[in-house]
Amino acid sequence: MKQKNDKSRAGRRTFLRTAGKAAVAAAALVGARSVGAQDKPGTRAAAGPVEGYNWNEHRWAYGIDTYRCIGCLRCVEACKAENGVSLDAHHFRTWVERYVYLEGEETARVDSQADSQNIAASGSEKEYRFDNRYKDKKVEKAFFVPKMCNHCSRPSCVQVCPTGATYKTKDGAVLIDHEHCIGCQYCVQACPYGARFFNDEERVTDKCTWCYHRITKGLMPACVEVCPTGTRIFGDLNDKESEISKFVRDNRVQVLKPEQGNAPTCFYIGLDKDVS
Amino acid sequence: MEQLFHVAPYTGYVYPNETVFPWTVMIVVYPYLTGLVAGAFTVSSFYHVFGMEQFRPVSRLALLTALSFMIFVPYPLLMHLGHPERAFNAMITPHITSAFVAFGYFALFYVCLLVLEIWFVFRVDVVAHAQNATGLARQFYRALSLWSDDTSERARAIDRKFMFVLAVVGIPAAHGLHGYVGFVFASLKSREWWGSDMMPAVFLFSAIISGVALLIVLYITIAKIRRVPIDEACVRGLVYALWGFMMFTLLLEGVEFATLVYKGKEGIDIILEYVAHDLFYRFFVFQFGVGAILPIILITYMVFRKVRGKTFITVAFICGLLVLLQVFLMRWNVVISGQEIAKTMKGLLYYHVPVLGREGLIVSLSALFGPLVLLWIFTRVLPPWLDRPATAGPQ
Repeated sequence: MKQKNDKSRAGRRTFLRTAGKAAVAAAALVGARSVGAQDKPGTRAAAGPVEGYNWNEHRWAYGIDTYRCIGCLRCVEACKAENGVSLDAHHFRTWVERYVYLEGEETARVDSQADSQNIAASGSEKEYRFDNRYKDKKVEKAFFVPKMCNHCSRPSCVQVCPTGATYKTKDGAVLIDHEHCIGCQYCVQACPYGARFFNDEERVTDKCTWCYHRITKGLMPACVEVCPTGTRIFGDLNDKESEISKFVRDNRVQVLKPEQGNAPTCFYIGLDKDVS
Repeated sequence: MEQLFHVAPYTGYVYPNETVFPWTVMIVVYPYLTGLVAGAFTVSSFYHVFGMEQFRPVSRLALLTALSFMIFVPYPLLMHLGHPERAFNAMITPHITSAFVAFGYFALFYVCLLVLEIWFVFRVDVVAHAQNATGLARQFYRALSLWSDDTSERARAIDRKFMFVLAVVGIPAAHGLHGYVGFVFASLKSREWWGSDMMPAVFLFSAIISGVALLIVLYITIAKIRRVPIDEACVRGLVYALWGFMMFTLLLEGVEFATLVYKGKEGIDIILEYVAHDLFYRFFVFQFGVGAILPIILITYMVFRKVRGKTFITVAFICGLLVLLQVFLMRWNVVISGQEIAKTMKGLLYYHVPVLGREGLIVSLSALFGPLVLLWIFTRVLPPWLDRPATAGPQ
């Protein structure tokens, strides 16, 4: 099924490095969870300029290789812990969708973290996993699609924000200033990807920041850090040798809902007709 | 303690974040109120701009109605905002590409215009009240008249000139305010149900009919309470206006829906499933059938049979109520239904109004009926009745 040429992609060394980082990050997450609720680095970093960081020098972008995703959902857990996202099945900065074509069916069956069977399988809305509902069925084709904010080049959320609390940075990230958001949720409506949600504790809108507090320090976003398969790729398009530059250059990448005209900077490979 | 968020049940596949509705019943009530304002102002301008005498009995009531409802317009919006204390940020530090930014300026401009118009329309009355009252009431009315007691013919001529100009400017202002609300929805490309070019026009025409219907209901109710004879010619004029504008509204909405179905873009299957099952009663049966077609048939029948007197008034009253229901359902079927069709175009969500809470049923009802209480207070301060020379002032 997988037809992609891997030569240009992460080799064994990269894999080991990634796996090592994943292990460290996973260990760190256990501790991070307890402090995540009070200390929200994601939101605070978004509120102001970052010292010692020049946003004119970078052009961040994100890549998702759906062929590699195994649906382990470590990315979802890492994101929630890193950014203090509410631990329930209805607020996500990133989530993973499962697409399954059963034999004889023309359209995919789709489910994700808000699915009641998946919640039941994990036993709690605070933990995330896919259940095994298709074990007795004949599956023709199945794959996972990680989703998140697409940090669009022409973001409709930024266009509609009445106060300018949500804005596009020079380096490509779309952020929300929680000090100025009035919580009207116009941006939540305007996002075609369902990437935004209302943060009920702070009473402002919220979404993925590409872990802006991390990337401005030279670190990877938490989801990229913990991904054990290299599905998620992040980097600087200004650096021609970066993983993301190679990913975009060496693959025929796609974006979600191109007809919306938002021009996402999250690039996918391995999308399918039913992915929306 | 109030629940932090309400999770909507769903079928099919929806994005996980979609399971909490962003825009609730508050955003249904908000365009309903602005629509009533625009419609009521239209009725007042029938008399104040076009000099159509038969609308004289409701012309001043219509202005006070518009103001009462306009004052309540920000209420559901503020209840909806996560940070209502920051609401003025949208005006102080506006982000001009946002379609919503104009609302604050539009609304403020319109309120000023409405207050000015009311001041000129009622000025001679206020002077008379100031002269007849004693004590605190006298001081109040004197302040309201800006300490001017000039009711000479020259002063009245100036009043009339201002009334006319303000009413002329008020028509595009009131309609712009509401057409623009339609634009807020129409311009959101993320939802197929809203993304129609006809949406602003549908909002506008439905606004007019809701205002006309409200005045029919208010005028008849108030006349019954005050035990004064109902001016049948006035109600007849309102009913005919209702009929005409309602035909337009029905046509526009019908064509809008037909276009959506005929285009058959991605996701049409889920839309049709939604319309055929979940939306069938509140869209086809109640909004179109009971709320629009039934009053059109009733009014047509009354015109055809030349129905007069008590029957005419009763049926007009019923038609007014039905149209008020129709327009509320239209708002609901736009705002809520648009969100019930998931952005994935693979699933449907189901919204339920909580009774309590900032965005619950009780707050909604207070936003819908609060303006009527305010109107009652306004009519005590500035009686708008033009059937009693004693209170109508020397106009």
